[in-house]
Amino acid sequence: MATTQSRTLAKMMLFPSVTLLLAWMIVPLCMTLYFSFLDYNLLMPGDNEYIGFLNYEFFLTDPAFIESFFNTLLLVGGVLFITICGGIGLAILLDQAIWGRNYVRIMVLAPFFVMPTVSALVWKNMFMNPVNGLFAHLAEFFGATPIDFFAQIPLLSIIIIVSWQWLPFAALILLTAIQSLDREQLEAADLDGAGPFSKFIYIVLPHLSRAVTAVILIETIFLLSIFAEILVTTSGGPGYSSTNITYLIYTQSLLQFDVGGGSAGGIVAVIIANIVAIFLMRLIGKNLEG
Amino acid sequence: MGSITLKQVTKSFGDVNVIKPLDLHIRDGEFIVFVGPSGCGKSTLLRMIAGLEDTTSGNIDIDGEDATNMPPAKRGLAMVFQSYALYPHMSVRSNIAFPLKRAKVAPAVIDEKIEKAAKMLNLTDYLDRKPGQLSGGQRQRVAIGRAIVRQPSAFLFDEPLSNLDASLRVNMRLEISELHKSLDTTMIYVTHDQVEAMTMADRIAVFNGGIIEQVGTPLELYQKPVNRFVAGFIGSPKMNFIDVMPKAGDDTHAIGVRPEHLKITQERGLWSGKVGVVEHLGSETFLHVHVEGAGTLTVKADGDCPVSYGDRINLTAAESKIMHFDKGGVTIPSLSWGEERVA
Repeated sequence: MATTQSRTLAKMMLFPSVTLLLAWMIVPLCMTLYFSFLDYNLLMPGDNEYIGFLNYEFFLTDPAFIESFFNTLLLVGGVLFITICGGIGLAILLDQAIWGRNYVRIMVLAPFFVMPTVSALVWKNMFMNPVNGLFAHLAEFFGATPIDFFAQIPLLSIIIIVSWQWLPFAALILLTAIQSLDREQLEAADLDGAGPFSKFIYIVLPHLSRAVTAVILIETIFLLSIFAEILVTTSGGPGYSSTNITYLIYTQSLLQFDVGGGSAGGIVAVIIANIVAIFLMRLIGKNLEG
Repeated sequence: MGSITLKQVTKSFGDVNVIKPLDLHIRDGEFIVFVGPSGCGKSTLLRMIAGLEDTTSGNIDIDGEDATNMPPAKRGLAMVFQSYALYPHMSVRSNIAFPLKRAKVAPAVIDEKIEKAAKMLNLTDYLDRKPGQLSGGQRQRVAIGRAIVRQPSAFLFDEPLSNLDASLRVNMRLEISELHKSLDTTMIYVTHDQVEAMTMADRIAVFNGGIIEQVGTPLELYQKPVNRFVAGFIGSPKMNFIDVMPKAGDDTHAIGVRPEHLKITQERGLWSGKVGVVEHLGSETFLHVHVEGAGTLTVKADGDCPVSYGDRINLTAAESKIMHFDKGGVTIPSLSWGEERVA
């Protein structure tokens, strides 16, 4: 890939796929942007007039927007916190030499392969159901009142479900990072008089910082657009207490048939995602350098 | 203080006995080198002394105290690893300070010790750098610095120079030797390089297959190797071995003669052969001579030796320089350096 000729050839070869990918992204984005400025509701066929920023005004001043905005942040932050902490713990456990380690590792990975809708249904019906759920039975066994998860703590319930799905991913990435830790460093720390806790704080954790950064970046991208788990379990309720931005846009554009409003929400979501991305990159992106 | 005594120490991984029962006394202040081919158990033994490997049976005494089951940190030993094992996210200063901070030494004392160690090892300008920004030799010095600030009773070196290039290795060899002279602390040094062993050691322990073949000063091992393995391992280039038919009253099955003791002569000597590859090193020349019935002999000749490929030459060696080995490869002292021969 060093000569001018081979570089030109490489560019030409890449051109079709890059063009296709670019069009795939740009066309829907432009259409959304265009719709967001129209009075476009499927229930009221008409001229679809240009109404300026009215859609944005409606979307941003909707009390549901503020609530769902903070719900989104809580959802992302909560799941990140649980998966990183739990993932580090799991990774350390999985790194120990135990009998049947390979099978255990595969088992731990399993939740990641379960579809979001399915896992949400399993949690909703088998664990968190206030009458037949496992947690309800457990609570009754100890004489406590079963918690009605989706009525009392809807957002936390969703955070738990999503964390369960993403924990294996974090654990897997962190496990590979732990395995790449130079054993001689740990032995040197042993000789230097570091106990297990010091070794974890001063050797293991700094070594994991890059992997943690990667997990945060990747998970954030996916967690901003959590949808299936909410639709299947709470449908955003009660009220708007478990609605995130993604779900709010869905209710706008598909339940109220308001294409214009939904498009405006979509553009707002794109902007929020970009703000979060810039923020994250500033905050932890330097970890990925060098 | 830093005397270490190994009593009937063994190590097995499952059914494999890596260290067969082994006794060794390491004197206080001594520089002892464990040398042997790879897989001979020398590194394992060092790690057992450090406490990084369990001892299967036997006792390890440090300063007269049984340390067999002591955790590594309690043994008062410091180790320099082959990969240096520096903490990559810490500055040189923090690396060196790490063992002191773990030992809860006062910050002022820590700073003082770091300054002293840095001055000693020429690291003063690099204290605020990360290990990744240092060269191999500097990293090596940081690893040594981290070891010396703890003032251990003994230093353990696990092939510390094998990642350095040849010229740096010679320098570091000298630096470690000088460090030993100035600190006067026991050092145990593991290497597979017999040149390092010969140049640095007070005493050398030659390992082979989990046992110690011989312990002695460098010259003892060179002049009076107890068997064929030690004779072949110590000295560079390797000693030449020639199988001979045992005669009545003489149990010699093989003789050995070092390349530097073979002389090229005009008249017929003990052997004659055709010169193969000639390696000119400037100061000396290595000839690989094919001798019928004796195989290829390596000869160390003068730097300006005029012999070239294909020449026929005669070789001889002083009788006093020829080692005799019996059937099992054990040296026959009476024939190799005994008084009988001198007479």
